[in-house]
Amino acid sequence: MYVQSWHAMALSCLAKQNNIMESAFSAADLSAVWLAFKLATVVTVILLLIGTPIAWCLARSRSWWKGPVSAVVALPIVLPPTVLGFYLLVAMGPNGPLGHLTQLLGIGLLPFTFAGLVLASVFYSLPFVVQPLQNAFEAIPERVLETAATLRASVLDTFFSVVLPLAKPGFLTASVLGFAHTVGEFGVVLMIGGNIPNHTRVVSVQIYDHVEAMEYAQAHWLSAGMLLFAFLVLLPLYSFSSKGRRK
Amino acid sequence: MIEVRFKLAYADFALDVDLQFPARGITALFGPSGSGKTTLLRCIAGLERATNGLLRVHDEVWQDGASFLPTHQRPLGYVFQEASLFPHLSVRRNLEYGMRRIPPVERKVQPEQVVDLMGLSKLIERDPAYLSGGERQRVAIGRALLTSPRLLMMDEPLSALDFASRQEILPYLERLHGELEIPVIYVSHALDEVARLADHVVMLEQGRVIASGASNEILTRLDLPTAHLDNAGSVIEAAVATHDEAYHLTRLDFSGGCLWVSKVEHDVGSVVRARVLARDVSIATAVPQGSSITNILAARITEIQEEGQDRVNLRLAIGGEHILLSRITRRSRDQLGLAVGMEIFAQVKSVALIA
Repeated sequence: MYVQSWHAMALSCLAKQNNIMESAFSAADLSAVWLAFKLATVVTVILLLIGTPIAWCLARSRSWWKGPVSAVVALPIVLPPTVLGFYLLVAMGPNGPLGHLTQLLGIGLLPFTFAGLVLASVFYSLPFVVQPLQNAFEAIPERVLETAATLRASVLDTFFSVVLPLAKPGFLTASVLGFAHTVGEFGVVLMIGGNIPNHTRVVSVQIYDHVEAMEYAQAHWLSAGMLLFAFLVLLPLYSFSSKGRRK
Repeated sequence: MIEVRFKLAYADFALDVDLQFPARGITALFGPSGSGKTTLLRCIAGLERATNGLLRVHDEVWQDGASFLPTHQRPLGYVFQEASLFPHLSVRRNLEYGMRRIPPVERKVQPEQVVDLMGLSKLIERDPAYLSGGERQRVAIGRALLTSPRLLMMDEPLSALDFASRQEILPYLERLHGELEIPVIYVSHALDEVARLADHVVMLEQGRVIASGASNEILTRLDLPTAHLDNAGSVIEAAVATHDEAYHLTRLDFSGGCLWVSKVEHDVGSVVRARVLARDVSIATAVPQGSSITNILAARITEIQEEGQDRVNLRLAIGGEHILLSRITRRSRDQLGLAVGMEIFAQVKSVALIA
């Protein structure tokens, strides 16, 4: 039944091909695109700020908690986004611990708001930022850090003058992956954000809405735009890193 | 004076050191691998944290029971086995890295001085990736010197280099010794290097100090493991007295006599170190006649130790203060009737000028 309906949709999609060129982007489409980029930018900045110390601790620690923490950070890679979204929804809800906290602070409830979307996306995209950073930090030999210490650099000074420049490719990868992954998420957004135009309806949800409403032309425009965006974002990243290897 | 007291226990290794040595010249931490030299050096640098420790350098406490100065607050320079230049910085920026981090008034060592001393003028704008191993190590030494350290520490700085690079760097280390008044702690397991560079030797074995004292005194002691090495020998500091242009020879004078060596470039009057290996010194009970060996020194036997089954090591006093080692067969000792206290003649077959 399900398969059949998709089949029918695909057929009608082909039938509507002619209309595609007529429509391009509606105001709602542009709003969804803008919202997705705003969300991804805010989330990427937050992730770089909190992901860097987490990745640093994971890269340098030999403690027992390294394993459990790494596993927790990596959870979103394995879990269906709806599972993560569901638990976050419960936690942020009026009876959840996060909900209590935000109500106590006078922020109100986070589900179905942009802030809630940001918080959920931070959890969801965390491994895509932490793991490249952790790999970059682990590639820096202990000796380099010791050398900096013998040259009078404090730990913080060493981080900014040695670690940051050496881990630059890792930061680039982490930013691109964190950003792109946030733009591309769907399940978590739907669970936490709902589908409120101009507030939580990002481009991936908008495409889904178009398909639901059989507006294949609009779905095509947005999807093709996303495809091109994804390619253009990843191209310099992979060109850069392969050049780095050759050197 | 540098005062060091450290106790440190790992699963498979323990360091237990209580030591004082002069804060001037080059002090070598010498011993086989696994003897704890590098660990001791890292403790002094604060890179390894000995819980039970005392460290005093020039009357400044760097560590005691209550306080521990972190590495970046200790006025030291550290040269690692492999050069560890920052790959993202040019040679110039590498050299300036430490210097920028000390207050301008404390910058006693000037960049021009270091560039000149370490021969870096041609390398200064290069990327570290394009330097040879020896060049990289020279930059690393220069970089450490530019922090104007009150103590320079070197952890086997030559061991990662091939023979040619090693020969290239040694003269720079000797110049360092001569031109800057920075005390150096030099870790090495190579006897030749220690004999060539050190003024003071601390010998380590299994995490403990087994001997500490003036270089030639320690390296000529027959009861220490160094006496059994194939290249056991002594060092004599002597002054260049005269050059024999016709035969291309140079005469070195010291209080125990003189030595002829292949002609050297040093000016008359300059002081050089000559290394004489025990296996190159033979013994005669009377002044030898018709011998091709020209270096014959009057000496007195101060100690005899058996070496393996067939040989003996002799410690010889020459003049008031100089010492030679000699390694001969046990049969020769018995045939000549050699005993402690005898006046004999040491025939030196070969002398290596090491500085």
